[in-house]
Amino acid sequence: MSNEKTLGEVLRQQGITRRGFLKFCAATASLMALPPAMVPRIAAALENARRPSVIWLSFQECTGCTESLTRSHSPTIEGLIFNAISLDYHHTLQAAAGTHAELAREKAMEENYGNYILVVDGSIPTGNMGFSTIAGISNREMLEEVAKGAAAIVSVGSCAAFGGIPHASPNPTGAVAVTDIIKDKPIINVPGCPPIPVVISGVLAHFLTFGSIPELDALGRPLAFYGKSIHDRCYRRPFYDKGLFAETFDDEGAKLGWCLYKLGCKGPTTYNACATTKWNEGTSFPIESGHPCLGCSEPDFWDGGGFYKAISMPTGDIARTAVYAIGAGAAAGVALGAVNRARKARAVKAHQKVTIDDLEKDS
Amino acid sequence: MTETELLMWVRGPVLQVATVIFLLGVLVRILEILVLGRKANLAEARGSAVAGGLRTIVSRSFPDSGTLRRSTFNVVAGYVFHTGFFIVLLLFAPHILLFRDVFGFGWPALPTQIIDAITIVTIITLLAVLVHRMTHKVMRYLSRFQDYLVWLVTILPLITGYLAFHRIGLTPTMLIAIHIISVELLMVVFPFTKLMHAFTLFMARYYNGAIAGYKGVNS
Repeated sequence: MSNEKTLGEVLRQQGITRRGFLKFCAATASLMALPPAMVPRIAAALENARRPSVIWLSFQECTGCTESLTRSHSPTIEGLIFNAISLDYHHTLQAAAGTHAELAREKAMEENYGNYILVVDGSIPTGNMGFSTIAGISNREMLEEVAKGAAAIVSVGSCAAFGGIPHASPNPTGAVAVTDIIKDKPIINVPGCPPIPVVISGVLAHFLTFGSIPELDALGRPLAFYGKSIHDRCYRRPFYDKGLFAETFDDEGAKLGWCLYKLGCKGPTTYNACATTKWNEGTSFPIESGHPCLGCSEPDFWDGGGFYKAISMPTGDIARTAVYAIGAGAAAGVALGAVNRARKARAVKAHQKVTIDDLEKDS
Repeated sequence: MTETELLMWVRGPVLQVATVIFLLGVLVRILEILVLGRKANLAEARGSAVAGGLRTIVSRSFPDSGTLRRSTFNVVAGYVFHTGFFIVLLLFAPHILLFRDVFGFGWPALPTQIIDAITIVTIITLLAVLVHRMTHKVMRYLSRFQDYLVWLVTILPLITGYLAFHRIGLTPTMLIAIHIISVELLMVVFPFTKLMHAFTLFMARYYNGAIAGYKGVNS
């Protein structure tokens, strides 16, 4: 596809009406918590934006993020906007292979140096560089090279954002996040396993509209999407507050849709937009399907002590430790008591009676 | 150490160590007292020592009117923060989940809004207790380092728990880790300080009551 056409032209070619386009702009504005007055500005900016060149690098990943973005919904405006960017390099989606694929990447970098957006999914191994290579180039080397000319980097998925599953203990490949390697570029983390598709299009729309990256939280995530916890926006929250919990997956509480905290829900410590934007074209999100939140958009979610154990629960067998401690405490207490008794008995035995005569003798 | 690693550490090894220190320490201190025993009372019994002892354990839970009049603040504030502390500890749903994990059984919880309100009341009362201790001439004179330490380790779990529930200031993972650490600190300090009164008060009351009961008088 040519990079000369504007986004508006491309969308019209694809049969998107102005009304549909403005609806998308309004939805994007509200998703990103921008005032309604920004809608025309978003529309104008998107309409006139040249399709930005996007280079998508896939490292230690499972392609789930790409699957989420390309297959989770029938073509919508988000999807078309995604098509309408100039995706110049993407392993899974591009037709070219081998040398041609790498040439496409180099060409895109050369033509748009300093202006392209780099999207990364997957973590980067720091151990043996041979753990993951593309065309004989190690992941780290390729990331450093491509990042140099990028205007901004979007780390898609928890692996690129935080190391994700490859980073899980014992982390055999020494996997790290993009932010561990690249320090001098604006990086937007869009974690999730996988992340919500509309978050990606929202971040891209923001970049095209304002030419800057959206406001981020301490973990580099766009606040508009990661500003509230799942727990705070969960429709089952009233049950948590009332103390009504499902105890198992098939008890009465589960059937009545009570809170899943006791089944290990990580909603209270997880920041994501699942509870509001939902999945599969707004159908539902995991908790709505009766499964606790895994906390997939948080760092180290794989090492949090088990998906079905609440975050405040002991990881070890405390009851067993307690039994041993009580046994040892009882034994030690009795032993020390016996020692004290013996000392008392000795003191009684050693006690010497003093008479008036003795005292007078001394003085 | 990442936040998740910290949380895993305090939920795992640190909690195990704190549990051992708490239980071992409490048992040693109680058994030391019990094993030492008392001298046999050779006087003829004029009433039941056991009945007197048991009655006093209950009766001393209610302040007599003289004490209430003389130390109104101590009595009222003492009741409020003790009751509040135990309600928050025992009737907050995630806490019950922890007890169920350890004991194998649980009980119904109070709504979180009520727990929330009780937490605030308890924290405020404990702050008032500290102010009273520091401003009352006699109390200040009698107070030692340990009194302030015990106050601190009591109020910390309430404050960190409140912050963790409302997720104020830090990430939720970090706040929960800090809350659990504060409880572990309480557990470790417990056997070696005046906090032992939670167990020994019953022994002391029983003993007082038993002496009186043996003599056939009310304690």
